[in-house]
Amino acid sequence: MNFSESFKLSGLLCKFSPDGKYLASCVQYRLVIRDGKTLQILQLYTCLDQIQHIEWSADSLFILCAMYRRGLVQVWSLEQPEWHCKIDEGSAGLVASCWSPDGRHILNTTEFHLRITVWSLCTKSVSYIKYPKACQQGITFTRDGRYLALAERRDCRDYVSIFVCSDWQLLRHFDTDTQDLTGIEWAPNGCVLAAWDTCLEYKILLYSLDGRLLSAYCAYEWSLGIKSVAWSPSSQFLAIGSYDGKVRLLNHVTWKMITEFGHPAAINNPKTVVYKEAEKISQLGLGHLSFPPPRAVTGALSTSESKCKQLCLPWEKSYEIASGPVVLQTLKPVADRANPRKGVGMLAFSSDSYFLATRNDNVPNAVWVWDIQKLKLFVVLEHLSPVRSFQWDPQQPRLAICTGGSKVYLWSPAGCVSVQVPGEGDFPVLGLCWHLSGDSLALLSKDHFCLCFLETKEGAGAACGQRDGHA
Amino acid sequence: MGDWMTVTDPSLCAESKNLSQYTSETKMSPSSLYSQQVFCSSVPSSKHVHGVFSAFCTEENIEQSISYLDQELTTFGFPSLYEESKSKETKRELNIVVVLNCMNELLVLQRKNLLAQESVETQNLKLGSDMDHLQSCYTKLKEQLETSRREMIGLQERDRQLQVKNRNLLQLLRNEKDEVSLPFVAMDVLNYVGRADGKRGSWRTDKTEARNEDEMYKTLLNDYEYRQKQILMENAELKKVLQQMKKEMISLLSPQKKKPRERADDGTGAVVISDIEDDAGEPSRESGWGLSCDTVREQLTNSIRKQWRILKSHVEKLDNQVSKVHVEGLDEDVISRQDHEQETEKLELEIQQCKEMIRAQQQLLQQQLATTCDDDTTSLLRDCYLLEEKERLKEEWSLFKEQKKNFERERRSFTEAAIRLGLERKAFEEERASWLKQQFLNMTTFDPHNSENVKLLSAFSGSSDPDNLIVHSRPRQKKPHGVANGMPACTSKLTKSLPASPSTSDICQTRSCVSEHRSSINALNITPEETKPNEAGRECTNQKWSLVSRPSSREGCYSGCSSTYTKPHVERDDLP
Repeated sequence: MNFSESFKLSGLLCKFSPDGKYLASCVQYRLVIRDGKTLQILQLYTCLDQIQHIEWSADSLFILCAMYRRGLVQVWSLEQPEWHCKIDEGSAGLVASCWSPDGRHILNTTEFHLRITVWSLCTKSVSYIKYPKACQQGITFTRDGRYLALAERRDCRDYVSIFVCSDWQLLRHFDTDTQDLTGIEWAPNGCVLAAWDTCLEYKILLYSLDGRLLSAYCAYEWSLGIKSVAWSPSSQFLAIGSYDGKVRLLNHVTWKMITEFGHPAAINNPKTVVYKEAEKISQLGLGHLSFPPPRAVTGALSTSESKCKQLCLPWEKSYEIASGPVVLQTLKPVADRANPRKGVGMLAFSSDSYFLATRNDNVPNAVWVWDIQKLKLFVVLEHLSPVRSFQWDPQQPRLAICTGGSKVYLWSPAGCVSVQVPGEGDFPVLGLCWHLSGDSLALLSKDHFCLCFLETKEGAGAACGQRDGHA
Repeated sequence: MGDWMTVTDPSLCAESKNLSQYTSETKMSPSSLYSQQVFCSSVPSSKHVHGVFSAFCTEENIEQSISYLDQELTTFGFPSLYEESKSKETKRELNIVVVLNCMNELLVLQRKNLLAQESVETQNLKLGSDMDHLQSCYTKLKEQLETSRREMIGLQERDRQLQVKNRNLLQLLRNEKDEVSLPFVAMDVLNYVGRADGKRGSWRTDKTEARNEDEMYKTLLNDYEYRQKQILMENAELKKVLQQMKKEMISLLSPQKKKPRERADDGTGAVVISDIEDDAGEPSRESGWGLSCDTVREQLTNSIRKQWRILKSHVEKLDNQVSKVHVEGLDEDVISRQDHEQETEKLELEIQQCKEMIRAQQQLLQQQLATTCDDDTTSLLRDCYLLEEKERLKEEWSLFKEQKKNFERERRSFTEAAIRLGLERKAFEEERASWLKQQFLNMTTFDPHNSENVKLLSAFSGSSDPDNLIVHSRPRQKKPHGVANGMPACTSKLTKSLPASPSTSDICQTRSCVSEHRSSINALNITPEETKPNEAGRECTNQKWSLVSRPSSREGCYSGCSSTYTKPHVERDDLP
């Protein structure tokens, strides 16, 4: 495993281009475009104010920088560095900006969600979409980029509009039977739209592309409901995390529940492996016996030491397998406050749909990994501090986790490992971002970022000529 | 109105004026009231006029009447009725001619007045009707005015509304214009770029709408088709599995065919056979099961159900049989269990050994890895260690060889001694036999002292023979766990080979100690000093083992778990 040197960053704004060729990062009002592999600076763009949001176009040819405070969006082209585009929303204000899937239109949401302006980079045409709803997830595009579903609110009722992205023509418009629609999301196959209600009511509705209601699901009543929703990449399952600390899996044939995954703090099943982060890290010394990771892990995680920074990294044995029944650290949520810290708030399927990673917010230090083939709990990873975020490798079942500490944790079915981010001083990892190939991982802290290379041995040898730690 | 004006006669007007003048003047006269009455009534009827006349002039007042008339007439412009006289004193004379003229004149006037009256009356009527007509006209017009006024108000309202609307539209237009103009101001692009697909944008028309619909339904259809295909495939797989299961069941149950046939009294047996025969023929028929889904499915499930029932009953029968057998052959079972337990014990031992071995290997590997990870100095150090260890091992080897030689020698001497002993024993047996014979012969003469002697002798021989003792103690001794197979024999040999052992009872104590502690090889440390060279190597390795096992017991429980989990299984398989 290799680490690049750390570079400056602001606002956790660091993104790989969709084709993986470039890496964009922001430092105050500057946008830096680097090579995705060598990290050489390719372009430097200066915006009019501090950048608050960046997004690559789907074809990786353009990048937009939004400055919400100024109501400005600036677009840059990688092919023509001299090309520029500035969109000023003026007095209407700006709260969100995103690309349309064709990479030639920009959707700007004005303040108070009065409307969405669709700006074209190809023609002078400007379209408006009225009554967008201010909610958790009100805009969703199908994966093939053909359709846009938009949550709307007019006359105190919720609606969903489906637009054809090629000409922004309204395809379907229907009202949803919800109290206060909170989010919508397309299934990866683009044929089913999931719409869920406010957390005050457990309700999820499934609509076909043509606006027909396929099914409605309600697990229970009179209690806080849905907290998070995720489709499996195969579109076969819809995982719904709720405030009762359970994940319910719906199937795509009958839209009924297949199973529910509870998140109890006590784990009694001996078949479930519980990895615990060790309290202290033993110092590397002469008498120190460093135990190599199991062979399987070595294969999966390509253990190699960094020579780029002339730093010898020992394999920290920071995970221990807890034996016997394990009780995880729990947090007592404050009952009289809004958005209590309980329930399943984070959900993610692995890219091959075989695993589901979850976090129960009142057991914040743990990540549960479920085996979707067996519909069973597979592994629990407990850390010393609350898990900030996790993300699956886009290529294989490999999960990267960060807890705001200076370590990055990786799990794969073969085992798990944690690595200290090298360098002078602390590097609190607040965010993660996988490269498309799964070969590298961008680690983001408050004001720096660095890349963690997980290349295969051949690749690693070619790139930096590092020495393999455990030949 | 103009018509009406033309109708009036100006002379009549003057007449009426004159009349009014006249009347006004008559009022001033002394008998004005009276005259007025006369005047008023004089017009309607002429008869009355006569009567009035008679009343006006009587015999007595001729003079006054004449003068009154004269006065009146003169005021109207008639010539005086009297003759003009030269002197004032003379009485004035009535002039008849003048009177007559006046009368004529008055009559003419009267006639004229009547005519005028008539015309005035007709005029009046005419005017009255005119008046009526005009009044009706007036009301009509008034109504018209009212309606038109209302209409006007309505129109005004509409006008106002339209104006408001117009104003609003203008405002909207202005807003739209503003909005439209705002974006163009807001977007600042160097040049517009081409579309991602390289095509030109198209207008939104009904056609595009239809096309969008088409495409939507196409994607939906594709999705459904894909899902249907998947479901069909899954179905086919499941059917295959079912078919396979059925076949296997049939093949499994077919050997049972004969048995039920023999048991003719069993009613179900016949049915079972027929079912099996039926089903055996089915697969060939069901080659095209994909076509008629429902019927095939039914057939399949039915046959499977049948087979299952048969299998179930069969298993139940078997169960019954087994329970019978179990009751009958309990003894054999017990024996086998003992064997089994022994076997498992043995296997457990082996597992433990293997585990220790693995642990040691792991430890060594780890040490090696640790050292390779480090710099050259560590590798050097490791080399030193290796050399040292090699030396030590060599030494141990030589020691061991020596020991072995000693053993061999001792064994040889021991076997010789054993042979000798055997011979001696034979001699002794013979001797005893002869002695017994003698004793038997001397039975009649019993000597108690003699017998005591014999007892002592036998006791002595027992104590002098350690082998016997060990043989006695062996059954009491439990087999220590974790000891290699050769160990107990070894210890027995050792004790035998100790000529200078303090006493047999002492040895017994150490042996029991060994068995009680079950501490495997470590217990050998208590063996007397003579064994030390022999045991040195063993003890050393022993210590090493315990050394190794300490860290590995700690580390073996994390990430290395996979290897510790799987390896023992693999190695156990290799063992006999």
